[in-house]
Amino acid sequence: MITHHLNDQLLMAYSAGTLPEAFNLVVATHIAICDECRARLESFDAIGGALIEESLGDAPEQLGSDALAQTLARIKTSTPEPRKRAAAQPPRDRVLPEPLRSYLGGGVDSINWRPVGGGVKQAILPTSENATARMLFIPAGAAVPDHGHAGMELTLVLQGAFADGHDRFARGDIEIADEDLHHQPMAEPGLDCICLAATDAPLRFRGLLPRLAQPFLQI
Amino acid sequence: MTIADGVKWADLLARVADRQDTEAFAALFGHFAPRVKAFLIKSGADAALAEECAQDVMVTVWKKAAQFDASRASVATWIFTIARNRRIDMLRRDRRPEPEELDWGPEAEPDQLDTLVLQQESERLITAIAELPEKQRIMIERAYFGDLTHSEIAEETGLPLGTIKSRIRLALERLRHSLS
Repeated sequence: MITHHLNDQLLMAYSAGTLPEAFNLVVATHIAICDECRARLESFDAIGGALIEESLGDAPEQLGSDALAQTLARIKTSTPEPRKRAAAQPPRDRVLPEPLRSYLGGGVDSINWRPVGGGVKQAILPTSENATARMLFIPAGAAVPDHGHAGMELTLVLQGAFADGHDRFARGDIEIADEDLHHQPMAEPGLDCICLAATDAPLRFRGLLPRLAQPFLQI
Repeated sequence: MTIADGVKWADLLARVADRQDTEAFAALFGHFAPRVKAFLIKSGADAALAEECAQDVMVTVWKKAAQFDASRASVATWIFTIARNRRIDMLRRDRRPEPEELDWGPEAEPDQLDTLVLQQESERLITAIAELPEKQRIMIERAYFGDLTHSEIAEETGLPLGTIKSRIRLALERLRHSLS
C-alpha cells in the first residue's frame, strides 16, 4: 500500500514536459507502480487537452493550403502500430519497472555499485546535467549519512523500507525533501533497501569527512 | 467543444484505428492540426517549425490511433500528449521517459458509459479553466507552454481535478481487472 505520493507541482511539470530528466525518471518510475498517481497524471494531461482545444482563441491559426494533402501523402507510406497486448510483453521485473530498467540496462544484478561508506552503495545514472539520478543501496539496518539539501531531493523506494525520523517509506513510496529537511534515513531490518533518488543540487553532509569526500563521490 | 463533439472525435479516431479511414482522419486534421500549430507557437516555435511539427503530430495520431483509450482521455488530451512529446524533441529539452504502459487485455474495449462520462468531465474542465481567476489561469497556461520550472508552479492550482481523476482511476482498475 503506497502512502507517500507525488505532489501536484511535480505532476503538472511532468505533464507539461518541463522537468529535468533525472526527475522525469523518478516520476515515471513511481507512476509505473502507483495507479493513484497515474490517474492524477492523466487528469493533469486533461488540462493540456483543454489548452489544445482552446488554443486558437480569437485568431485562428491557418495551415498551409496543401498541409492536409502533404500529411495524407505521408500516412500512405506509414504503418499503423497495433494496440498493445499483455501477451506480447516480456515478463516484468519484480523490483525495477520501466523506464528505470532500460536506464540500468537490466535488473538489480546489472547495477555497477560504488561504495560510499557504512555499507551504503550508489550508482549514478546517465541523465542530463540539470539534475542527478542515482540508485542507492542501504544494507538492512544501516543509515545513510545525515544530510540536508540545497535543492529538491526525490527518493523512491523499490525494495525494503526506510524511516527518517519523520515517516516510514516502503516500496512505491516517494519522499520529497527540500532545503528545510535535515534527515538521516535508516533502513529497516530485514530486506536491504534499494532506492532511486534524484537531486537538482549537490547534497550537503553535516560531518566534516563526508563533505571532504563529496567531490570524489559525486554525491 | 460540447460533449457530443468529444464523442464525435473519439468515434472518428476509432474509424481511423479500425479501418484506416482517411475521411475520418481529414476531419480530425481539420479540427486539431491548427490547434496543435497554435499550441506549439505559444510554446516558443516559429510558424514554419510549428506547422511542420503539427503535421508530424497528426502522422503520429494516424499511426497510434489503436492505442487511444476513450475511457481515460479525450482526443484533445491524447493529442496534447503527442504534441508535448514532439515539442520536447523540437526544442531539444530534457528527455522525458514514460511509465510502463498498462497493457490492453483481450476484453478491454472501453465501456460506452465510461467514455461518455469522461468526455463530459473533459468538457467541464475546459469551463473550469475559463472560470479561474486570471492569475491562476495564466500560471497554468505558462506551465503548459513550458515557461515555468517545477518550483515556479503554484502548490495550489485551484483546479477541480477530483472527479476526472476518479473516473480515470476507475478505468485503470477495469483495465487491471481484465488482465488478471
